[in-house]
Parts: sequence; C-alpha cells; structure tokens
Amino acid sequence: MDAEAAKLIGAGLAAIGVGLAALGVGNVFGSFLESALRNPAAADGQQGRLFIGFAAAELLGLLAFVVAMILLFVA
Amino acid sequence: MAAEPGKIDPMHQFMVEPLFGTGGLQVGGYNIAFTNSALWMVLSLFVLWVFMLGGMKRQLVPGRWQAAAESVVGFVNSMVSTSIGPEGRRFVPLVFTLFMFIIIANLMGMVPIGILTPVWHGAHAFTATSHFTVTGVLAVLSFATVLIVGFSRHGFHFFSLFVPHGTPVIMIPLMFVIELFSFLVRPFSLALRLFVAMTAGHILLKVLGGFVIKGISAGVGYGLLVSLPSFVLMIGISALELLVCAIQAYVFALLTSLYLNDAVNLH
Repeated sequence: MDAEAAKLIGAGLAAIGVGLAALGVGNVFGSFLESALRNPAAADGQQGRLFIGFAAAELLGLLAFVVAMILLFVA
Repeated sequence: MAAEPGKIDPMHQFMVEPLFGTGGLQVGGYNIAFTNSALWMVLSLFVLWVFMLGGMKRQLVPGRWQAAAESVVGFVNSMVSTSIGPEGRRFVPLVFTLFMFIIIANLMGMVPIGILTPVWHGAHAFTATSHFTVTGVLAVLSFATVLIVGFSRHGFHFFSLFVPHGTPVIMIPLMFVIELFSFLVRPFSLALRLFVAMTAGHILLKVLGGFVIKGISAGVGYGLLVSLPSFVLMIGISALELLVCAIQAYVFALLTSLYLNDAVNLH
C-alpha cells in the first residue's frame, strides 16, 4: 500500500476514537442527570466532580484527534 | 500536506504570521516578531483590563457592569474556596487571571471579523489558545505554582503526595511510580485539552464553511441541498463552540485549583 494512503486510512481509523469519547461524555452527563433528578438537592454540590469526569472523558477522545492530526500533517 | 488551489484548507486559520513588518526583528539570534497570535493575546488582555476597570466601582448598589464583574469574581472565589478551603483565598488572583484570560482569548477567536474581507483583505480572528505553545505556557504556569507552593510549604514531605494513605508496604514502589507519572503528565493534559478543543472546533467550522461556499458556487440545486443544511449546522456548532469556550476555561481553572489543593493540603 502507498504510504500516503496508509496515513489517510490511519487518520480515518483514529476518528473512531473521537466517536467513542462521545459515548463517554454522554455517559458522564447522562448518569449525572439521572441521579440529579433523583436527589436534586445534592446535585449542585457535585458539579465540580461532573466537570472533572467530563474533562477526563473528553481528553482521551481528543488524544485520538491528535493522533489523526499527527498522521495527516506531521508523520 | 499543502492544499491544492480550490480545495478547502481548514488549517490556514492557525498560521502565525508576523505583523506590521516586524518579521525580521531578532534578539540574540531569536526571532521576536510581533505576530497575529501576540496581537490577539494583547487584545484579550485589553478586553480583560477594560472589563475589570469598568467593573471595579465599589458602589453600594452595583450597576450592571459591576454586577457582572462581581459575579465572575464570586464564581472563581467560590470554586477556589470549595476545592482548597479557607487557605485558598491567596490563589484566587492566579486562578481568576488564568480563567479570564483563557475564556476571553477563546471567545475572541470566535468573533466573525472574516466578513470584513471585502474591505480588509485577509481579516480573520486568531484563537491564541489554539496553539500548544500558548496553552503549554499557561499549563506550566499553573504546574510551577503547584511545585513552588508544595515544596515551600511541605519541603521534601511533599513527596508523600505520591504515596496515598493506607498503601501496603509492598505496593509503595509501584504506587510511587504510578502516582509520580500521573502527577507529571498534568501540565501536558491541561495544555493538550485546551489546545485540541479549540483547534478541533475551529477546523469543524471552517470545513462546514467550505461546504457552504462550494455548494453555492456549484448552483442553486447544490446550494439548497448542501449549503443550507451546512449553514444551519454551522450556526448550531457555533453555539456549541461558545459553550466549549466557557467549559474549557472552567475546566482549566477547576483543575488548577484542584492541583493547588494537593500542594496546599497534601492528601
């Protein structure tokens, strides 16, 4: 296979990771909302943890984006 | 990978170019050109300066501007004091500066001055936080503060941060290495998150913008089929990007105050 074609295919495969991070971020906010509706009084106190969980889930997806960009523009 | 003529080049917006003919300025062999990145950072600082100067009025009944400034300060203040505790008040200026600079630089990058292109060729907003050098310096600033505060308060006892309470003796070497690594990647994860979130959003907007332009120039049918949905999507993504701008600044400030909490209180 041509090296250029392999790079493009690799970048496309790396994009799958971004979609998986979407599942993670959705899970973070979904679970938060689920439990916040059960006990709305405790919800405000957990907002910091909500965003820490969001940041961690998002970062791992952004790493997939970085891999795609490195394949396209650096490698 | 250079774009061929007539193709969408979504990376062009991240080009750092010297402005006002300062491209050749050198000090000690290093180029110190005043770039568009520097210009937008100075503009962000100017906006922050005006915002705070207009807000710090000390009136008993605050006007709108003072109320806005006070609510932002109160927001950062409560975030820092809930994560660090009463000792955290000393770090409010640092976290506030980081938060405000990042959120203003993010939002300034979203200003659509590109529509001025007919009268001002090449006009486009530059997102200073979409470059790893800029976010890296911000992250090093927050990480260096953690190190300085930690070592000056606790001395070498600061290393007990890497051995959580109740760790079995056999596990201590392994836990130490793992915790040390998770501590050392913090500045990278801080910088990388902000830079990639900004870059990805702007690339997405430019790709959609390319769809709109190419659809319109391909004819009425393609315009209705491609350009209109793309344009509607662009408006939605722009709103999402405004949210991301605020969330990323918030996450940066929140993680900085959590890391400072480690340095101040250990575990």
